Amino acid sequence: MSETKPDSISWLSRDVVSILDFSRSELEYLFDAATWMKRRLREGSVPRLLGGKVIALAFFEPSTRTRLSFETAAKRLGAETIGFTGEEAISVAKGENLADTIRMLDGYADAIVIRHRYEGAALYAAEVAEHPVINAGDGKQHHPTQAMLDLFTVKELFGAIDGLVYGVLGDLRYGRAASSFILALTLFKPRRVYLVSPPLLRARDEVLEKLREAGISYEETESLEEVLGELDVLYVTRIQRERFPDPSEYEKVKGSYRVTRRLLEERAKPELKVMHPLPRVDEISFDVDDTRYAAYFLQARNGVPVRMALLALIFGAWR
Amino acid sequence: MRKIREGTVIDHIPAGRALAVLKILGISGEEGLRVAVVMNVESRKLGKKDIVKIENRHLRPEEVNKIALIAPTATINIVKDYDVVEKKRVELPSVIENILRCPNPTCITRKPREPIKPRFRVLSKNPLRLQCVYCGTILTAEDIVEQLIGG
Ligand SMILES: Nc1ncnc2c1ncn2[C@@H]1O[C@H](COP(=O)(O)OP(=O)(O)OP(=O)(O)O)[C@@H](O)[C@H]1O
Ligand SMILES: [Mg+2]
Ligand SMILES: [Zn+2]
Repeated sequence: MSETKPDSISWLSRDVVSILDFSRSELEYLFDAATWMKRRLREGSVPRLLGGKVIALAFFEPSTRTRLSFETAAKRLGAETIGFTGEEAISVAKGENLADTIRMLDGYADAIVIRHRYEGAALYAAEVAEHPVINAGDGKQHHPTQAMLDLFTVKELFGAIDGLVYGVLGDLRYGRAASSFILALTLFKPRRVYLVSPPLLRARDEVLEKLREAGISYEETESLEEVLGELDVLYVTRIQRERFPDPSEYEKVKGSYRVTRRLLEERAKPELKVMHPLPRVDEISFDVDDTRYAAYFLQARNGVPVRMALLALIFGAWR
Repeated sequence: MRKIREGTVIDHIPAGRALAVLKILGISGEEGLRVAVVMNVESRKLGKKDIVKIENRHLRPEEVNKIALIAPTATINIVKDYDVVEKKRVELPSVIENILRCPNPTCITRKPREPIKPRFRVLSKNPLRLQCVYCGTILTAEDIVEQLIGG
């Protein structure tokens, strides 16, 4: 028995915990909505689809980009926001546990956006709250709305997500944006996925397992140079110094994963697009910014229309 | 050991796991229960097996589930008046709640003062692999044995 709900209905009141909570068709519906939002933003004609709604932004971990883009998305659509960030969260909570803080916010707001340093915090919050909970990053695990805007950006650049060769570079073990991006690809049909990282920062078992389950052709490698020439999309993430027990190891790794204009001009296909969830440290040198390869600023700007689309779908305000 | 009049016989335990089963049940011998442990005996189904017989003790459902984690082939025989009156295979529930702890120190289930139970979904039964519902961490059969009977 197949009982597929139309996407507009399946989005209604949904929690957004992992990108794998969604089907390909649901994501494509989201991208349609995001395209519409983007056009309306450009025309300056965004309707107040969420007038009267209150959205709680509960950022237990500090954030700039993600929080501001959620806040902007909510406000563009006419919603109000409440919330806190980082240090403030400690005084808001004053030793209160997460469950109680979530219950309080659930009483005030129509939806809760949460970022927290513990893996699983968003799922837990979704179990506690009656209103929809959106995961804006739980520890090293998931960052589903980042993956949504990443795929939307790929689709915008190439017209399709299928059939491309992807390279995901950097900290694949602790980086939640990288993990969510890889998981998101399992919902589509990439031609090949290269996972480029030092051995210490290889993708986690549960992520590799999803690639295998989805029958995706992938390869783990340490060398960007070797695979760069094949790539359509290079997704770069930050390698954090604090992950390395030995600082000299870090220095070696850092150097080998630096994406420079020269490297790209020597090795990359002309159509290659370089993406990055930002903020970057020095893994992409500034001289890449004004090349045809750089897609990370476009990607960052897409955060607002994609999150507008997400909110509108969850509240059943767009179809 | 003479036949027991009343109690439980845990049969078809993989060879070498009998003491682990006792440990899971919290039976050290100091409780004064009469316990017989038979190890490495021939079995038609398993080649070799262990058996544990415990007089005057019946198992709670969560104890049976725990046994399933380390001795998935075990059968639980309930003895009344010297006869086996009920026989059931242990069965792994599809979700394991409360029994195991997530090894990931930053899993939400490890956060102090949260009313949350650790929960694992069964990824595969043979070999046994579990996954934390909250943080995605995968536990292998060895991790599970180590945690339940470790050191
Ligand atoms: N009163 C008793 N005291 C101690 N052990 C007993 C008693 N009754 C049965 N057992 C033991 O319990 C186990 C199951 O008994 P049962 O008579 O059902 O054997 P079975 O037919 O071989 O069962 P199975 O098909 O599960 O192998 C056997 O190991 C048997 O020796
Ligand atoms: Mg027998
Ligand atoms: Zn966990």
